[in-house]
Amino acid sequence: MHYIPNLLFAILCTVGIGFFVKNIQKLRRNILMGKPADRNDRSKERWKNMFRIALGQSKMVRRPVAGILHLVVYIGFVIINIEVLEIILDGLLGTHRLFSGWISFYGFLIGTFEILAVLVLLAVGVFWARRNLVKVKRFWSKEMTSWPKNDGNIILYFEVVLMGLFLTMNATDHSFQAMEAGNPVSQFIAPLFASFSETLLHLIERTAWWLHISGILLFLNYLYYSKHLHILLAFPNTFYANLEAKGKFDNNKTVRKEVETMMDPNADPYAVPEETSEPEKFGASDVQDLSWVQLMNAYTCTECGRCSSVCPANQTGKELSPRAIMMKTRDRLEEVGKNTDANQGVFKDDGKQLLKDYISPEELWACTSCNACVEECPVNIDPLSIIMDMRQYLVMEESAAPQELNAMMSNIENNGAPWQFNQQDRLNWKE
Amino acid sequence: MNVPTMAEMTAQGKQPEVLFWVGCAGSFDDRAKKVTKAFVQILNRAKVDFAVLGTEETCTGDPAKRSGNEFLFQMQAMTNIEVLNAYEVKKIVTACPHCFNTIKNEYPELGGSYEVMHHTQFLKSLLSEGRLTIEGGQYKGKKITFHDPCYLGRANEVYEAPRDLIQKLEVELVEMKRCKSNGLCCGAGGAQMFKDAEKGNQEINLLRTEEALQIQPEIIATGCPFCKTMLTDGVKNKEKEGSVEVMDIVEMIANAQDL
Repeated sequence: MHYIPNLLFAILCTVGIGFFVKNIQKLRRNILMGKPADRNDRSKERWKNMFRIALGQSKMVRRPVAGILHLVVYIGFVIINIEVLEIILDGLLGTHRLFSGWISFYGFLIGTFEILAVLVLLAVGVFWARRNLVKVKRFWSKEMTSWPKNDGNIILYFEVVLMGLFLTMNATDHSFQAMEAGNPVSQFIAPLFASFSETLLHLIERTAWWLHISGILLFLNYLYYSKHLHILLAFPNTFYANLEAKGKFDNNKTVRKEVETMMDPNADPYAVPEETSEPEKFGASDVQDLSWVQLMNAYTCTECGRCSSVCPANQTGKELSPRAIMMKTRDRLEEVGKNTDANQGVFKDDGKQLLKDYISPEELWACTSCNACVEECPVNIDPLSIIMDMRQYLVMEESAAPQELNAMMSNIENNGAPWQFNQQDRLNWKE
Repeated sequence: MNVPTMAEMTAQGKQPEVLFWVGCAGSFDDRAKKVTKAFVQILNRAKVDFAVLGTEETCTGDPAKRSGNEFLFQMQAMTNIEVLNAYEVKKIVTACPHCFNTIKNEYPELGGSYEVMHHTQFLKSLLSEGRLTIEGGQYKGKKITFHDPCYLGRANEVYEAPRDLIQKLEVELVEMKRCKSNGLCCGAGGAQMFKDAEKGNQEINLLRTEEALQIQPEIIATGCPFCKTMLTDGVKNKEKEGSVEVMDIVEMIANAQDL
């Protein structure tokens, strides 16, 4: 009988972590539906980027208010989780505050957690107000309805509950309070419970403890369904991000082969092209045509909307929102993933695709390729590369460019300039 | 105006120090042609041994690539690379950030590796080598703002060269609220120059022009032919063309030196 709580705890952890692992495997499978992209070069710069941008939050503070508040929640989140280690060991071993033997250090540690917990609560309060009272514009765009809107708030409530339980657990822990170390905050909450019997106090403490760890496990499993996945993916996402100049767009290798053959004077014009299993498709019309990095970008996006708030097209009322491009890519990828699960691991054509069913040509043609969205993203997501790949599909597979662009392109083809001027007049400016 | 071509140079057995890539706008667009001429005047004044491709130059393919026509882009690129490599070109300077970006970043993989400079970077190097001096002249003390072209700024992180040149003109350089890596696009990039904008509630160039006009400059300086067109149109739309000029930095430098 004595071991029942330990057993229950072990089961809870196994189920919680087991589900999480399963979701991570699914996440990985979905991301790897993308095409290969070699991002293993220049590892020194990659580690540096990850440390600076993901761990060091260097791009978050481009906007100081949100940036600093986010830093508080982030530090709070990371550091308070050290406490989880003790909770797990206590739960499994049936001990109580296993590390508390080393009072001075333990007191310092828990004391820091308590202060951080209060700061997190304050920051979360401001975040909630920014979303729901101040109504910061980027949280009220048209893509921020239903789930994306609720998701943002649910995470905040989660944080409040977890921090509240942590403080309650400490305040109602009689022996911990008696230690008189590590309770800079909870000592002021403890008097609220002064009239409670010891049994009741213990019951509240145990309940808070169980709810706290259950909440953490629940939160862990909530991640996969939420924009909050960025707390994990920000790290690989900044590591594998593009290191080249932002103005450099990939040269399509299939096209290169064709152009080289065309321009080679020794090429045999009657040569039969090599048999390949399937002719290569130009550009992207669905998630499988994008690279795994672009798909990871979609899962990493936390829908903060900084990209859209600096997008010139979005600011002038055009249909395009770089954030929506990322959200739609993730939605479609999830749909393809579910389809694959339902069909024994093989995607069955569902008559839908990312282009047109999710992202409209109007959105794609509104982009000025100015890179503001890429520059702004705190975790180095690249919405522009997706837009360009989809434009490539529209033009090269469907010949569906806007009329004026077709005219521009035929000018380039015929007279080497986007306007209708004769190539032979190129030097006339000096007259 | 002394504008030697690569063909002429090669015929004389000479190899210029640098190739001036004029670009389509610089060759054909009336407002950009002024920039081309001003730049050549400065090159001649600094006794730079340069040449142009003339009728052998064709579009770099930038607007085709950014419209999604990768095939046309690579055809243009490889044609240009063949010509450039045949002339054994090592160093290229251009007054167009789009040409600059494409040749610098996208040509190497296709077989064309050159040292590529934007004209503001090139002029700055002439200054530091002591081959060129810049004085404020008629611009001394005037209030000027600089609009960062996306393909020079964010795309290639060139923010200082144009500003250093402007400072040399002894002007009062006032930055817009959004500048450098936060700069707002003029609305012409990604081939938007060649089409009408999608449906919206404002034109991008007007939004940017409003930001520039807020600081009441006498001149809005830039370093891109497309930005120049978009902002000039913006200023006209706001009926400010009487008091605010839109100029390429190189035009200002040439004017200040009475070239």
